Amino acid sequence: MSEPKTKYDRQLRIWGEVGQAALEEASICLLNCGPTGSEALKNLVLGGVGSITIVDGSKVEIGDLGNNFMVDEKSVGESKAKTVCAFLQELNDSVKAKFIEESPDALILSNPCFFSNFTLVIATQLVGDSVVKLDRICREANVKLVFARSYGLAGFVRVSVKEHTIVDSKPDHFLDDLRLNNPWPELKSFVETIDLNVSDPVAHKHIPYVVILVKMADEWTQSHSGNLPSTREEKKEFKDFVKSKMISMDEDNYKEAIEAAFKVFAPRGISSEIQQISNDTCAEPTSTSSDFWVMVAALKEFVSNEGDGEAPLEGSIPDMTSSTEHYINLQKIYLAKAEADFLVMEERVRNILKNIGRDPSSISKPTIKSFCKNARKLKVCRYRMVEEEFNNPSVTEIQKCLADEDYSGAMGFYILLRAVDRFAANYNKFPGQFDGGMDEDISRLKTTALSLLTDLGCNGSVLPDDLINEMCRFGASELHVVAAFLGGIASQEAIKLVTKQFIPMLGTYIFNGIDHKSQLLTL
Amino acid sequence: MADLEAPQSKTRDLDKLLLRAGNLVGPDFYPGTELRDDMRDYVRILVVGAGGLGCELLKDLALSGFRNLDVIDMDRIEVTNLNRQFLFRLEDVGKPKAEVAAKRVMERVSGVEIVPHFSRIEDKELEFYNDFNIIALGLDSIEARRYINGVACGFLEYDEDDTPRRETIKPMVDGGTEGFKGHARVIVPGVTPCFECTIWLFPPQVKFPLCTLAETPRNAAHCIEYAHLIKWPEVHGGKSFDPDVPEHMKWVYDEAIKRAELFGIPGVTYSLTQGVVKNIIPAIASTNAIISAACALETLKIVSGCSKTLANYLTYNGGEGLHTKVTEFVRDQDCLVCGPGILIELDTSITLQKFIDMLEEHPKLLLSKASVKHGKDSLYMQAPPVLEEMHRPNLSKPLYDLMGRVQKDTVHVFGTALKNEEKQSSLTKLRVVFKGADGVTDMDTAIGA
Repeated sequence: MSEPKTKYDRQLRIWGEVGQAALEEASICLLNCGPTGSEALKNLVLGGVGSITIVDGSKVEIGDLGNNFMVDEKSVGESKAKTVCAFLQELNDSVKAKFIEESPDALILSNPCFFSNFTLVIATQLVGDSVVKLDRICREANVKLVFARSYGLAGFVRVSVKEHTIVDSKPDHFLDDLRLNNPWPELKSFVETIDLNVSDPVAHKHIPYVVILVKMADEWTQSHSGNLPSTREEKKEFKDFVKSKMISMDEDNYKEAIEAAFKVFAPRGISSEIQQISNDTCAEPTSTSSDFWVMVAALKEFVSNEGDGEAPLEGSIPDMTSSTEHYINLQKIYLAKAEADFLVMEERVRNILKNIGRDPSSISKPTIKSFCKNARKLKVCRYRMVEEEFNNPSVTEIQKCLADEDYSGAMGFYILLRAVDRFAANYNKFPGQFDGGMDEDISRLKTTALSLLTDLGCNGSVLPDDLINEMCRFGASELHVVAAFLGGIASQEAIKLVTKQFIPMLGTYIFNGIDHKSQLLTL
Repeated sequence: MADLEAPQSKTRDLDKLLLRAGNLVGPDFYPGTELRDDMRDYVRILVVGAGGLGCELLKDLALSGFRNLDVIDMDRIEVTNLNRQFLFRLEDVGKPKAEVAAKRVMERVSGVEIVPHFSRIEDKELEFYNDFNIIALGLDSIEARRYINGVACGFLEYDEDDTPRRETIKPMVDGGTEGFKGHARVIVPGVTPCFECTIWLFPPQVKFPLCTLAETPRNAAHCIEYAHLIKWPEVHGGKSFDPDVPEHMKWVYDEAIKRAELFGIPGVTYSLTQGVVKNIIPAIASTNAIISAACALETLKIVSGCSKTLANYLTYNGGEGLHTKVTEFVRDQDCLVCGPGILIELDTSITLQKFIDMLEEHPKLLLSKASVKHGKDSLYMQAPPVLEEMHRPNLSKPLYDLMGRVQKDTVHVFGTALKNEEKQSSLTKLRVVFKGADGVTDMDTAIGA
């Protein structure tokens, strides 16, 4: 059926068929379908997620008509979960949509096992205690969790997962794997067959910069006791050295070589981040190790042996000015080495699987190949439990942010978002929720916030009065535009977590809709 | 103490921002039901584009207290839109986006009026754009943004001391997305930088050198562009390539495969062919939702003053963790578009024809085939032929007379300018000052006082 594929064309170009398949297998649970939750789910439904289950016990009110696109006048008085579910089902009939008319707070207390059914839970507009309880439940059940809350012009999104490992992290900018300063034998031999000083000017300017730089780097290290250019002067000298080989000003290959010279100065071997991952306790394989960690164990072995300090070669080269023949040949050499490294890795993976009592073929070739290609870009994300963060946040971080012009708004909102929940627990309403008694609410919120800061160990820190006043003004409102923004962010995090591509946010995102100086806080 | 008998407000949540005084608010914020009701009844907003951003913008604005919206888009719905343009269904494929989008939002949000315009933005009269309080852009090209920017900034007038006149300021909010990245910005002509002031933010489009395509292709994209840009014109002569015709696309794909085989280059697929030829930008619902929401929020704030606004450029990147950043860019005082205008000093005797010729030579303009407009009056139009003929007699008249014998005023000129070696449609503002104008001293002192 070509139609479904064409519909998803624009997103397939981002996460591919593999990512799309992961989305289509995922089951998502949404708690509370006000605009924040509804908008988050809308984006996932449009993307073709496998199934959604909406949990919300409330009925549609007239006030909802002003902030929720998925309810309309006919639905006033009806179950909100039912109404939103019907709208979302209509958006994409290949998604299985269900709803449960029950309060999420009650469900968290009465039926924690319910949440084990899902790949991921999006919990919106949950207050205080429920957040902590749900976090515990999902952590136990190993279900991914994304929190989102809209509050006037403020709000937040937070991911909570014990461990999320990523192979296909697709970072924005990453150095290609050319090994200009550490060529392997086949690359060396190939480079030796090409004479930089060829007399034909056309041939001279169609030698790819990889060849030029491998040769120049080698010449340099030979005349500098095996060292690469390291000081600023040496690096400049190296570039001039390359430049000196140009025979005319229009040699694009040499211009590219000069621009790419920094790749020669890059340190050999694996990065400290990959080093850290290799030394992680999880990298000691046991029978319960995940595929990811089994492969990391193999990587560790590879780096110490066949890799000689390097990870498996990524295998691709960027486009560069070159004759077609040289380029194709160069490409073949890189691909061959990547393939050879892969075969070694495959062997090691199979051995490790045998040693831990697993079927040696239980990790597929494509999986291992993808791991090899992305070995330098692996990521391991671990999140503190919300409870830990609440009880023991980084005090220095809080104080630093409150004192910084660009961070004080976001940090102020972080404290206030917690303070309003405390306020609600004490006074049975949110500050400013009703029109009367604003002054009293403001002063009570201020006291609550200060006592919270003290409890966290931040005596002496203050929150700007303006911010406290605005928080009361917001009166726990859920504005559509803020909900759409935060729902959008929550849905995007969910996609990254489900497809295991790209990198989820590492921290709590605090939205500051006043001046948009939102910040990602790691507490 | 909620009174259960009192009717609930439909705008229960918005009311908190619009009806209550605040501390961190805009300079002219007068909270109350009058503000809320005026926004609902009188404010008119134009949404440019009814695609990924436009659909979201219409929904967001309809749910932010605005009831009078217009939307303009020249495209029809395609299947590949359906993963994010949530107002459209499979049955709608082929219908005009603006019309379907307007209809769907009106069906769901009672009381909102959305007037759709299935047309090109260039086909609307300049005055059409002046009817709106604010313009929200959900466009996917630099050219379209430049055009609207030129129009909005064209309304801007300056005082004697080069301060922008408030009532002529036409604010815009502009959003753009690509994959997991996006931006949202606020443009207040004369105050913040306009699109043209910061044109350097946009890197030039990647174009492959011709010799690579013709002689040393190295990858699949080179083979595809060879088939598209070199082989097609060779074989098909005058017939222009249309990427929306499947037979044309298939032809390019087959030729690209042939070339790739010849050079031993892997990787040519039909999907890549489409991507390269159509310059397809990957797009998902979430990024569009985020950016549109930011734009709509700013629109709400600018119109109502209910909070401080974004100053003035927000970048968003959600692929590698999550990063949002606000940058306050500064206006280019000499900006051709939002500045007071290029000063052109003329003798009162200069004819309109001579003026038009001068524009071609002027170093900052290089504008050929110019049409000239003075306020609401077209002084000369290059096209269509009927109007050209009608205005032709003006060419031999003095510009000073045609402009009503004022000592100085703004004119707008529209033509083809040479920018970065490329010909582009261009709309520019000029400040025309007449030297030695007689009988003008009265006006002069009047203004000076």
